[in-house]
Amino acid sequence: MTLLMQYTLIYASVLILVALGGCFSEHSGVINLGLEGIMVMGAMGGALTMKYLTGSPAPVIILATIGASALVGLVYSLLLAVACINFKADQTIVGTALNMLGTAAATVIIKAINTAANPDDVSSVVQYFDAKKSFIVSMNGFDFNWFMLVALILLVAAYILLYKTRFGLRLMACGEHPQAADSVGINVYRMRYAGVMISGFLGGLGGIVYITAGVSEWKFENGVVGFGFLALAVMIFGQWKPTRIALAALLFGLFRALSNVYTGIGFLKALNVPSTIYNMLPYMISLLVLALTSKNSRAPKAEGIPYDKGAR
Amino acid sequence: MNKKESILKKPAMQTFISSLACIVLGLLAGFIVLTFIDARGSGKALLDIIRNFFRYPSASVALKYFGNTIVKTAPLLMCSLSILFSYKVGLFNIGVAGQYALGAGLALYAALGWQLPWYVCVLLACAASSLLGAISGFLKSYCNVNEVISGIMLNWLSLYTANMLLTIVKETTSPYTKNIVNVNQSALLPNMGLDKLFNNNQYMTIAIPLAIILAILVWFILEKTKFGYELKATGYNKHAARYCGMKEKRNTILTLIIGGALAGLGAAMFYLTGYEQWMCTQSSVPGMGFNGIAAAFLGGLHPIGAIFSSLFIQHITEGGAYVDKTLYCSQISDLISSIIIYLCGFVLFMKLFLNKWLTRRDEQKGGRS
Repeated sequence: MTLLMQYTLIYASVLILVALGGCFSEHSGVINLGLEGIMVMGAMGGALTMKYLTGSPAPVIILATIGASALVGLVYSLLLAVACINFKADQTIVGTALNMLGTAAATVIIKAINTAANPDDVSSVVQYFDAKKSFIVSMNGFDFNWFMLVALILLVAAYILLYKTRFGLRLMACGEHPQAADSVGINVYRMRYAGVMISGFLGGLGGIVYITAGVSEWKFENGVVGFGFLALAVMIFGQWKPTRIALAALLFGLFRALSNVYTGIGFLKALNVPSTIYNMLPYMISLLVLALTSKNSRAPKAEGIPYDKGAR
Repeated sequence: MNKKESILKKPAMQTFISSLACIVLGLLAGFIVLTFIDARGSGKALLDIIRNFFRYPSASVALKYFGNTIVKTAPLLMCSLSILFSYKVGLFNIGVAGQYALGAGLALYAALGWQLPWYVCVLLACAASSLLGAISGFLKSYCNVNEVISGIMLNWLSLYTANMLLTIVKETTSPYTKNIVNVNQSALLPNMGLDKLFNNNQYMTIAIPLAIILAILVWFILEKTKFGYELKATGYNKHAARYCGMKEKRNTILTLIIGGALAGLGAAMFYLTGYEQWMCTQSSVPGMGFNGIAAAFLGGLHPIGAIFSSLFIQHITEGGAYVDKTLYCSQISDLISSIIIYLCGFVLFMKLFLNKWLTRRDEQKGGRS
C-alpha cells in the first residue's frame, strides 16, 4: 500500500506541474497543446544533466537537473509563443507540431550523442540510475522524492501568483477579455508571453519528474506516452483552478500508479486482468471524466483566439 | 508584367508558394541540424533523403523502389484526407492516428483470424475506425469535449486494443503478426495488373488508384454538393448554421465518422498488401496519422494538393532510411516533417505578407505612371 501511495504521489506531482503549466498558458489566452513536446524536451535536458553530473553531490544534481529541465522547457515553449502570439498562427497546429518536433528532436539529439560515444549504439536511451538516487530519501519503505516537495511548493506558489498578485489577475484578464485588458494599459502580448513561458517552465519540469518516476532509463523515441494530454484532461477536470487541479491530479495519479503496482495488491492480482487493461485505465477514466464534466466548463473565454488590436 | 501579377494574386498560386517556402525552410532547418550533429556528411545526408529511390542507377530497380514509396503514400493520403476533411468543418481530427491503428488491427485480424476475403476486411476496418470517429464526434457535440483531447485518449486506447487483438494472430517466435501471403491469400488486395507496371512490385494494388479517386471524391463532396456546403457552413459558424436550419450536432458527428472511415480505409489499404506486418509490442501509434497532418497542411488543405504533398512527405520519410547510419539516424526525416508542420502555422502570415507586398508594389507603379 505504501508503494501505491508513493507512485500515486509522484505521478500526481507530474500531473500537477504540467496541468498548472497548461493552466497559466490558457489563463493568458493561449491553448498549449504542445505540453507533451515541452515535457519531452524538458525531460531530455534533465536526463542529460543527470547523466553528465553522475557522481556529484546530491544537492548539486537536484538543483542542476531542475534548472536544466525547466530552462529547456521554457526555451522550447518560446516556439509556441512566437508563432501564436506574434504571427497569429493556429494554436492547434503549432501545438501538434511542437509535440511531434519534441519527440523527433529529442530522438535525433540523444541518438547523435549515443552514436558519437559508441558507434555501435544506435538507441535513444539515456540512463541515470545513480543520479536518480540523489532525489530519493527512503523512509520505512516509502521513497520520498524531492520532486514531490517541489510540486507542492510550486502549487502553493501558483495559487498565490494567480489569485493574490497583480500579475496573476492581469494574466487572467488577458484570457477573458484581452481588448478590455488592453484598454486599461495591460500589454496583452507580453502577458501572453509570460503565460506561455511559465507553462514551458512547469511543463519541462514535469517532464523530468515523469521519466524519473518509475524507471532509471528512458527511451526518447516513445516521447512521454500521452502524459501531456492527460495533464490537459486534469486541467479541464480541475476547471482551470489550481486547488481543484491538485485534487484531480491525485485521482488520475492513483489510476496511473495502479498499472505500476497492481501485482503487489492481493485482490487486484487475483482478478487476473491483463496488464494492458491497467495501461489503458488512465485514458479511459479521463475520457469518462471529461464526458461528464465538460458540459459546464469554465474555460477562459478568449483562449485560442489570437489577439488582434484592431478587432472589435 | 500585368499577367504575372495576376498569377501571384491567385489564392492557389499563393498556397503553392507558401507550401514551397515551408518545404525549403524545413529542409534548411534539417540541414542545420545535420550540420550540428556532424558537419562532415550533412550535405550528402540531405541529398540522400531527397534522392530516396533515385539513388539506384538502374531504372528498373529505381522503379521498383518508387513503387514502394507509392504503396506507403496511399495510406498517408487517406490520413491526410481525413484530417483535411474534418479541418474544413472546423474539427481537428488528431484521432486519425488511433483510427488508423484500430483500422489496421481489425483489417489484419479479419484477414488472419477469421480468414475473410479482402473486401470484408476493408469494410470491417472502416466500420471500426468510423466508430472511433463517432465517439469523438458524440463527445464533442453532446458533452463539449474538445476533439483533440478525446482523440489523443482514443489514440492510446486503440493502440492497446490493436496490440491485444493482434497478439492472438502473431507469430509464435516474433512480435510480428503472421504474413497474410502465407495465411490467407484471399485477403490480399487485388493487383489488377498494376504490379507489372512497376517491375513486378507485388505490393502495387488497387489501393493506389482508389486513394486518388477518393481524393477527387472528397473534393467533389466538399465543393460541389449541398452536403459539403452544409458541413463547411457548420465549420465557419455553427450558431449561424443552426439558425439556418442545419443540424450542427449531426454534422459534427458525421464529419468525424467520415474522417474515421477514411483513416480506417487507409490502414486496410496498407496492411492488406502484406508490405509490412504489425508489431504487437509497439509502444506508440504508427506515425502515419501524424504525418497525415503534415501532408494535409502542406497540401494547402486541398484534396488534390494532398496527393502531391503526401507523395513528398512519404518520399523524404523513405529517404531518411538511406542516411549514413554511422553518423545520423533515420528519424531526421520525422524532424524535417515536424518542422514543416510548424512552419505551416505561418502560412496565413506569409499570404498576408505577400498580399501587402503586392499591393505596395502596385501602388508604387501607379504613382510613377
